[in-house]
Amino acid sequence: MNAARLRFVRTPTGLVGSLLLAAVVAVALLGPLFAPYAPDEPVGVPFSGPAEGTPFGTDFLGRDVLSRVLWGGRSVLALAGLATLLAYAGGIAIGLAAGYSRSLLDPVLMRAADVMLSFPALLFLLVLVTGAGTSKAVLVIGVALVQMPLIARIVRAATLEQSVRGFVEAAVARGERTSAILRREILPNIAGPIAADVGLRFTYAIILVASVNFLGLGLQPPAADWALIISENRSGLTLNPYVILVPAALISLLTISVNLVGDAIARSLGISTARRRLVR
Amino acid sequence: MTDLAAPRAAAPAARRRRPLLRFVLRRLAAAIATLFVVSILIFVGTEVLPGDAASAVLGRTASPEQLAEMRAAMGLDRPAHERYLDWLGGLLTGDLGNSAAGYAAGGESPIWDEIRPKIVNSFILAAITALLMVPLALVLGILAAMRAGRPLDHAISVSSLAIISLPEFIIGSLLILVFFSWLDVLPPVSLIPPGTSPLAEPKALVLPVLTLLGASLAASIRMVRAGMVETLNAEYVTMARLNGLAERVVVGRYALRNALAPSVQVFAQNIQYLVGGIVVTEYLFNYPGLGKELVDAVAIRDVRAVQVVALLIAAFYILINIVADLLVVLLVPKLRTQA
Amino acid sequence: MTAPLLRVERLRVELGSGEPIVEDVSLELRAGEVLGLVGESGSGKTTTALALLGFARRGVEITAGSVEVAGEPLTGRGESAVRALRGRIVSYVAQDPGLALNPALRVEALVGDLVKAHGKARDGGVITRALASVHLPADRPFVRRYPHQLSGGQQQRVAIAAALVCEPRLVVLDEPTTGLDVVTQARILEEIDRLRRERGVAVVYVSHDLAVVGSLADRIAVMYAGRVVEEGPAAALLARPRHPYTRGLLGSVPDPGQPRRLESIPGVAVGVGERPEGCAFAPRCLQRTDERALREMPPLEDVGGGHRVRCFEWALTPRLTLQEPAVPPGLEPKGPLLVVEGLRAEHGGRHDLVVAVQDVSFAVVTGECLAIVGESGSGKTTLARCIVGLHSPAAGRVVLDGAALAPRAARRSREERRRVQIVFQNPNDSLNPRHRVGDAIARPARVLRDLSARDAAAETARLLERVRLPARIAERYPGELSGGERQRVAIARALAARPDLVVCDEVTSALDVSVQAAVLELLAELRAELRLALLFITHDLGVVASIGDRVLVVEDGVVCDDGPVPALLQTPEHEYTRRLVEAAPRLPRVTELA
Repeated sequence: MNAARLRFVRTPTGLVGSLLLAAVVAVALLGPLFAPYAPDEPVGVPFSGPAEGTPFGTDFLGRDVLSRVLWGGRSVLALAGLATLLAYAGGIAIGLAAGYSRSLLDPVLMRAADVMLSFPALLFLLVLVTGAGTSKAVLVIGVALVQMPLIARIVRAATLEQSVRGFVEAAVARGERTSAILRREILPNIAGPIAADVGLRFTYAIILVASVNFLGLGLQPPAADWALIISENRSGLTLNPYVILVPAALISLLTISVNLVGDAIARSLGISTARRRLVR
Repeated sequence: MTDLAAPRAAAPAARRRRPLLRFVLRRLAAAIATLFVVSILIFVGTEVLPGDAASAVLGRTASPEQLAEMRAAMGLDRPAHERYLDWLGGLLTGDLGNSAAGYAAGGESPIWDEIRPKIVNSFILAAITALLMVPLALVLGILAAMRAGRPLDHAISVSSLAIISLPEFIIGSLLILVFFSWLDVLPPVSLIPPGTSPLAEPKALVLPVLTLLGASLAASIRMVRAGMVETLNAEYVTMARLNGLAERVVVGRYALRNALAPSVQVFAQNIQYLVGGIVVTEYLFNYPGLGKELVDAVAIRDVRAVQVVALLIAAFYILINIVADLLVVLLVPKLRTQA
Repeated sequence: MTAPLLRVERLRVELGSGEPIVEDVSLELRAGEVLGLVGESGSGKTTTALALLGFARRGVEITAGSVEVAGEPLTGRGESAVRALRGRIVSYVAQDPGLALNPALRVEALVGDLVKAHGKARDGGVITRALASVHLPADRPFVRRYPHQLSGGQQQRVAIAAALVCEPRLVVLDEPTTGLDVVTQARILEEIDRLRRERGVAVVYVSHDLAVVGSLADRIAVMYAGRVVEEGPAAALLARPRHPYTRGLLGSVPDPGQPRRLESIPGVAVGVGERPEGCAFAPRCLQRTDERALREMPPLEDVGGGHRVRCFEWALTPRLTLQEPAVPPGLEPKGPLLVVEGLRAEHGGRHDLVVAVQDVSFAVVTGECLAIVGESGSGKTTLARCIVGLHSPAAGRVVLDGAALAPRAARRSREERRRVQIVFQNPNDSLNPRHRVGDAIARPARVLRDLSARDAAAETARLLERVRLPARIAERYPGELSGGERQRVAIARALAARPDLVVCDEVTSALDVSVQAAVLELLAELRAELRLALLFITHDLGVVASIGDRVLVVEDGVVCDDGPVPALLQTPEHEYTRRLVEAAPRLPRVTELA
């Protein structure tokens, strides 16, 4: 199992993806250590081009673009990462319960999941923001809630498939407790489909968080966040394209590399991700 | 002489036509129930959670008396379930309420008047994108599947994998950089004078459509390709070749036919995606549609407007689902006869 | 002497990596003849069958040799030229009609497409005649059905009708009756026989089932590890097999008419990449006198009368003598061990209720082997699940040693759970792929007998020995084992609980015939040694004959007949039993009991 986990790195997509991902994550996490200026410190004329000391020019308030960009990756990674973890915690619990139980629990949980899925994700987040205001907590919980039904669906399907297999029935015939059966027999065998999906889920979480920030309904100025930077500097596009280009390039690299790695993992497990919804 | 184990005889003709109707009615009923629950969710999400709409509208500088007055005007001082039923009743009778923007400006401004033209605009944008997406995805996806493993397929697969990772606002921003900053052939925002249809200003539509098309097309291509590859590997396709049928018959009649049903689901999913992506795209390009309206409403906490727009979008989302399910049932004989 | 209709010369089919799947295969067949192509999994028979149409699956290629049907070559030509010949000169019927028929086309299109493809006139009569020839109706409601609206037998007949509609000279059938019940199978075999008599069509019938092939074929070719190891006239080959593998195979085939002890072949078949330099069977061969066969590939030698063998020592192959079945141990006069009273079991909810078991009552005595036989859908598996507590009956009860058992296993006492164990049908499913074999076997000992980890490990080693598996297999994962090995592990696991009764649910149905014989042999031994009671569920009367003391015949959830095995099989009285016994294919028994 451990060998399989690393096998994906040897494929071209896996290799390229992993390298890119490592690079972007390094920039995001370690960036602040290298930033020449503070992210909210005006250092020059707004929207001036690349110059000595500001290799990417300045933004609409005259702040150094490089510094803001170096500071701007942490938020997206942290928020999306936390949201994805929460989504998995909830989704796996719900999916296992729904897939293994033969009682009403299954249809009830799945109806609830269906209702959530009949709602566009971004819409849900916007509704939540309307009611609860803009804050990091809202973003994380909202994105987690949106992803949970999808994960629960996949976990449930995988659990159902495993629960009719001979070795699970043998355990039931031995009289083993449900918790033991879920833990020993079922969980290790559904790790595959779950792992195959991680890439898509994390990518989607990043896209959602970035989109909400872009709309100005997530993190608020003067926070440094790649998506927010793009959003607040749109008017100066012609004056200093770098203020849009650099964060855009970084977001793109992040999402593309996560997706490449996720796809490579799925392929090394023999599962195709093409049919999975990235769904909005 | 029939087999020992023959299946039940086919139902008489009269009953055969009704299963389809019953299926449609069942789905509609389920959809209405879902919409109901969704409306409750929207209501709860916007009004019952902490965060006072009145103060959001008036700002932090409002005095307690002004807040109380606003709350009364907005009907916020009544218990939650009463407000919900009121709202629901209003919706069903056509009274969509007034927008907070109107309150802030000192008068009453019916929401319906404001959003009606925007619904049309958004629909135009979505429809054009969908009309372009479907044929392109079918052609490219099937091509990639038939040349699976070869250079063309690799090129299509890798590029689509990259593009679907990108959020719409990135695609849009990059497109603006290219077509406006660099080439200066298209406007960065959709300057559509209020009252005119976007169709009168086609230049304003190009970039938004391309943006929406970007990720949805890539996702569709991948799914169509996967469905087609699976079909091409099916045993009955191999059998057709073993039976000596010509390759074009095999691909056309045996493979494509059976790949259609999953493709319908693919397109339904991606049109649903369009509905979501339209919000960001309209905001980016300042396109006067429902999506931008929604964002503006959320920004000023215009609860009524958010509720109405959200419900409309959710309803459309669900409707697409029903249509897709219906098409799939029509296309797959097994489902049709067992409905 | 008419020219052969089918001529295959030195056919070689390889994987992309160069490994051969099929090597040096030469066959000949005349019009109106039936050739039975026999082999177990890994023998290359399906690959050969496909090659007869000039076809190879993806990743596989015909690299040498030639195939010629009615003078037309099918190898060494472009795809479109060969495509034009398929369906017209030679056609194919696949194993699983459910998968082989396009689910989106109606019956009339499934057959009609072939007519159109080969340019025959599409008058209404052609399709009607084709369907009539396989005894299917050709009225409008029927031809407008989709495959999922047909039964398995009907689907297969439609496939055969399509294969015959353009009147090919040769038809290749690849295990066409797998998955069909015995009675339908008998009917289909009759059809094939009649068609070849009436039309002079040559038939290649691929199967692992020697009994089926024996009743139908004029000539038989036996394949092992990608080569033909023996071929000749069916009667001669079956009466006096010359190759040790063929003899072993014949000895493994259970005979429903004659209870006897099965002989199994020692060792395990080799996989595609592991074939040795010389004879692939040599490592398992009991007749091997020296090392020559391990290094050198024996050529096909003539034995006389068109009978050829690929073996250096064929002269040494002894006649096949059938052994009397092992005498069952004297049954103790104690009361019955397990009693089932008025059991009724259902599936599904209110709207789609299916009664699987209607009203079943029987008893099993300590040390007895009770066989339960029935077709698929007869409810026998549901019955087994009720007994071990995996399914709650709607009525009735199961009584163990006088005490009624709770419907669900979780509610039974540990002792009760320990004393009744089950082994499942599918060897791929019964072991957790993430647990080592040793852990899987030890688990019941730890959970049901409270053994410590060390004691359980010792017990595991003992059990592995008992089921004749090497001790080091305990460290392996199930994915690394063959089907037969996995089934033995499953049996060892059941034994780890020291049960009194083991329910065997079709435990050999998914195994090759020679592996099946080995497992049945093992079960018979264990039963004698441990005084185990066995509840043996199967659809195969031959298996019943070789292992059962008493048998229950189940039809549609009801026990319609029961009695001692020899009497019931030799002189069946009940109508259903008689139908089953008559339909069961059996080898022409020219050999006598020793």
